[in-house]
Amino acid sequence: MAERPEDLNLPNAVITRIIKEALPDGVNVSKEARRAISQAASVFVLYATSCANNFAMKAKRKTLNAGDVLSAMEEMEFERFLEPLREALEVYKKGQKGKKEVSEQKRKDKEKKTDSENDKSREEEDEEEERMDEEPEAENEAEEEDVEN
Amino acid sequence: MKMSQNTPDKDEDQTSTSQKTISLPISRVRLIMKSSPDVNCINQDALFLTTKATELFVQHLAVSSYNNRAKQETKSLSYSDLANTAEENDTFQFLTDILPKKILAGDYLKSLEQLQEDDADF
Repeated sequence: MAERPEDLNLPNAVITRIIKEALPDGVNVSKEARRAISQAASVFVLYATSCANNFAMKAKRKTLNAGDVLSAMEEMEFERFLEPLREALEVYKKGQKGKKEVSEQKRKDKEKKTDSENDKSREEEDEEEERMDEEPEAENEAEEEDVEN
Repeated sequence: MKMSQNTPDKDEDQTSTSQKTISLPISRVRLIMKSSPDVNCINQDALFLTTKATELFVQHLAVSSYNNRAKQETKSLSYSDLANTAEENDTFQFLTDILPKKILAGDYLKSLEQLQEDDADF
């Protein structure tokens, strides 16, 4: 729950950036206009939520899902948003999946690292025995460390 | 650029992964959505879509108002351009309460007087 009323505002810096990027270069947007757009955005969120919630309630669901939000956009006559929204959701889902894979990879790397550290300590023992003609291998090891970091 | 500070919950992760697709903080949008009394739960996709839709809405409102601006010769967007757009464009009708048209106090008093005179006629 929001504790302070300003918690229900969207960050001005981000709103300003989105406005700037949408308008041609060099357009001056008055402070009052920026504040009004930011408030309009908050009202938009509430309106969209209430519409989406109606769809969820009709279907006797307690959780709002993506379909409810898309239906809400249609009802609000923002059909123009449907296509970009679907595309963005696709990218977002891929990102989420990719992130899982990345963390999986990280976990594997970590395991590998501990393995290779064990190897290294063994190698170091070997090195001490024949230090003089070990130069190329020492170089390889330095490279290995770079990759790990 | 890191957008969400002081959000110790899991949303922070999601905000940073979706940096490329959205720039508004998901945690803040969720807070606004949750302030609506009937809402129980919102799944992650619905939250993402609402955040993205809000960005599209900000762009759409700004561009529509700019194209519709009163002073076409200047490169500026003013409050009255927004208020006019809210009034004239059907899809922005829901904004008329928070984007009221400004009128001069003198004009308001005049219209009030006019109303009183009309009433007196009956």
